[in-house]
Amino acid sequence: MASIQLDKIGKSYGAIDTIREIDLAIGDGEFVCLLGPSGCGKTTTLRMIAGLEQPTRGGIRIGGRDVTHAQPKDRNIGMVFQDYALYPHMTIADNIAYPLKVRGVAADARRAQAREVADVLHIADLLDRLPAQISGGQQQRTSLARALVHPADAFLFDEPLSNLDARMRVEARAFLYHLQRSRGMTAVYVTHDQAEAMALSTRIAVMCAGDIVQYAPPLEIYRRPATTFVAGFVGDPPMNLIAAQATRTQAGIALRAGGLEMAPIASWPALDLALERGDRITVGVRPEHLRIAAGDGNRLRGKLFANEAMGPESLVTLCLDDGVRITARVFGDAPVRIDGDAVFAFDAARVTLFDAQGNRIDGQN
Amino acid sequence: MNRRTLFSRMAFSVGAALLGAAFALPLIWFVFAPFNAQADLDLAMPKPPTLTNFARVFANRAAVGALLNSLLQAFGTVLLVATTATLAAYALARTALRGKRVIEYVLLLFSSVVSGSAAMVPIFLIVNALGLIDTQVAVILVFTGGLLPTAMFILRDFIASIPRGYEESALVAGASPWRAFVDVVVPVLRPGVTIAAVWAFVQVWGGFLIPFVLLRSEQRMPASVEIYSFYSQAGTPIVPLLAAYSVLYSLPVIALYWYVNRKYGFRFFGGIKS
Amino acid sequence: MISQRGANVSSRTGIAFMTPAGLLIGLFVVFPFFWIIAVSFTNRSLLGVNALHPQFVGLKNYLDLFDPATFWSQGGFGPSLWLTIQFVVFSALLGQVLLGLVLAWISRELSPRAKSLLQGIVMLAWILPDVVVGFAWFAYLDRDAGTLNQLLHGLNFPAADFLIEHPFLTICLFNAWRGAAFSMMLFDAALQSIPPSYLETADVAGASSWQKFRDIVLPLIRGHIVTDLILITMWTFNVFTPFLLTAGGPSFETDILPIYTYRIAFKSFEFGNGAAIGVIVMLINLAFSLFYLRLAQRGLRAKGKGT
Repeated sequence: MASIQLDKIGKSYGAIDTIREIDLAIGDGEFVCLLGPSGCGKTTTLRMIAGLEQPTRGGIRIGGRDVTHAQPKDRNIGMVFQDYALYPHMTIADNIAYPLKVRGVAADARRAQAREVADVLHIADLLDRLPAQISGGQQQRTSLARALVHPADAFLFDEPLSNLDARMRVEARAFLYHLQRSRGMTAVYVTHDQAEAMALSTRIAVMCAGDIVQYAPPLEIYRRPATTFVAGFVGDPPMNLIAAQATRTQAGIALRAGGLEMAPIASWPALDLALERGDRITVGVRPEHLRIAAGDGNRLRGKLFANEAMGPESLVTLCLDDGVRITARVFGDAPVRIDGDAVFAFDAARVTLFDAQGNRIDGQN
Repeated sequence: MNRRTLFSRMAFSVGAALLGAAFALPLIWFVFAPFNAQADLDLAMPKPPTLTNFARVFANRAAVGALLNSLLQAFGTVLLVATTATLAAYALARTALRGKRVIEYVLLLFSSVVSGSAAMVPIFLIVNALGLIDTQVAVILVFTGGLLPTAMFILRDFIASIPRGYEESALVAGASPWRAFVDVVVPVLRPGVTIAAVWAFVQVWGGFLIPFVLLRSEQRMPASVEIYSFYSQAGTPIVPLLAAYSVLYSLPVIALYWYVNRKYGFRFFGGIKS
Repeated sequence: MISQRGANVSSRTGIAFMTPAGLLIGLFVVFPFFWIIAVSFTNRSLLGVNALHPQFVGLKNYLDLFDPATFWSQGGFGPSLWLTIQFVVFSALLGQVLLGLVLAWISRELSPRAKSLLQGIVMLAWILPDVVVGFAWFAYLDRDAGTLNQLLHGLNFPAADFLIEHPFLTICLFNAWRGAAFSMMLFDAALQSIPPSYLETADVAGASSWQKFRDIVLPLIRGHIVTDLILITMWTFNVFTPFLLTAGGPSFETDILPIYTYRIAFKSFEFGNGAAIGVIVMLINLAFSLFYLRLAQRGLRAKGKGT
């Protein structure tokens, strides 16, 4: 296994920058997810690590070796593709053993190694079949086996679970977790599914429009999202974001928005600084930090929009005066009794504030 | 079903049958004549049916030689078209060559413009200048040049439908680009190559004008031209032999079309037959 | 995802891959195109002085073709061009397209077995080698014993020597018969691509067969019809096969352009004149294919937007 360094990597098609400038250090044995919406450049970044795409600028090192201009075959990596890319004319065994074949391993040894990996992935009984004759989940594991059959320096995954149905995906995810942690593989994993990123990563790089906006361990990303983009992307349902107007009063900073009732808060240096740049402040609250409660304190007031009982929890959505929708997560399987006008309460300490540019205002919690 | 719809159903069936019959009529003669040792141009039941005509055709060395020449020219062309078109189509589909679109456009234009007897004038002069008049090589090369653009477009579409991930995963697995092409692209492309090859084969097999213009000596003529040796000096056909020879000569084409049509369907007929 | 992916074949490899095909196409397709233009300005012939040392004669070959004194003379360029236009209109546009449409429409209503029988027969006319269908029609039309005259006789019609008495009508029918399969298959595929629910909706609304065809089917397959029209026009314009039936005769009554060109170039061996005709034919072809490519690209773009 090896570490991976991206050093000021950029990629342009003509005048369009797909990747602006990325620095990324991935340690030996880490599992790093590139997380972002489609078109954010995460797949391009992965393909540049694989050597399937040439960076326009910057350098790439794998295990300290400069591979920026090396061919894919000279990078010693394993890769799993979104559509698995299993060769329809080869048996499962031949598919798995292909990386060994091109390296000149003898047929017997190839067969033995393929069987070994297939055993680990529970597809040993499929070795003589063709890809068209096995299920999607089995195809996924075959492509995983093909990546694993040869001891690579790093493993690259391009949305490998996105073609599976929901139940299979959760199963395969746990399997992948176990495999990577037990073998200490260095893995780079592209996904747009924040749950996958949360579950699998040692660190997540959240990408947006060709930039990495935050690179941190999953819980750090969840608790302290760097921008409103990250806050709105991570978490299901994501963080509630309410655009508010900030004014200084004698009691402190007052935040006003339609449906938002919040006691003035005592300012701190970072907030003061943010207010100098603009008085538009975004108030962020995670759904699980909203309670359905009457009474005083910090509240959000609106009309009931949806009340979805999910089993272990209920998702209750209100529509605020200006059309913004706010969701609260209420744990427990008891039905939530709520009607017409409703109120959510929250603690000021649970609030994350973002400045006018959408960057998190540091320091309070 | 009421009487009116029954009537219209019947009218429809009769109409369809008549149309089919109209198409079949010019060929019905071929069902009987080849098996009739005394065949003439009239429609007559052979009494008794016999394979004598075929035996006489096979005894005719020029006729058999012509079929072999057809085979040689067709296979030579197919081999050349299949290999060069596959390579070129791969380049068209998978490189970011600048001006690729222009090349495709110009090729498409030329291939449809330079055809028929008009094109034979300069082609004859070129082959003459190369000193290749009356050679099989000339026939093969000229056919290949003419069939290549279309073959390339058939194959390019096939290659474009192959997921890039196939080659990419091979590259990542440690294969060189050439190795990925040979190991992954070529096998997956087999239906496409089959279709292009069969199409090319049929074109050469039936092609009349090119060998007619480029060849001189009888021992190099393909069946399409040599069939005229079954005419007497006076220009009247030796009917029984012509009938048998026509059937023999048509069989490979019918068999190939039947096979490809059954296996691949209409895709085969895309923009085909020039 | 980004569709603008870089290629996995380098430009140098790409050029290497294209080279063999490029050479062959260059030598036998592109080069002839330009050479024919060059030759058309000379008095080149097969034999004699002009074979080795052709002289530049400027526009003479073209002026000869369009010389008002000879343009309309028998066996000249004018009648041949006019004949070809009629040939295309009657045998391709009316014959093949209409036949193809009717055949495709009929096949829809037939049982699978009847459909493959009908289409098989029509296909057979299309796939057989030129010389074989040429001979088949020669036998079919024979004055004394041919199947057609036998049939006419049976129906109490007078026999006729069609190749002599109605040569042009005969090659028109021949070409319609020969080529209908392509249009049939194109339209068959087009009709199959129409979701059955479209026609079922019309059935429920009470539309007649003709109304369904006019209001639903025709607008949906319009693109296919245009494609078909242009392709078979181009093919018919260049088809040499009638030569095998009539060799252009009798007395130039079937002297369509491909046969005319062949006669001038390879019977009289007047390459200069032949080349000039070839250039004009190619220019007409060029106009057709430019038009076709234009349409095809517009179609592609529209399709691209849809997905």
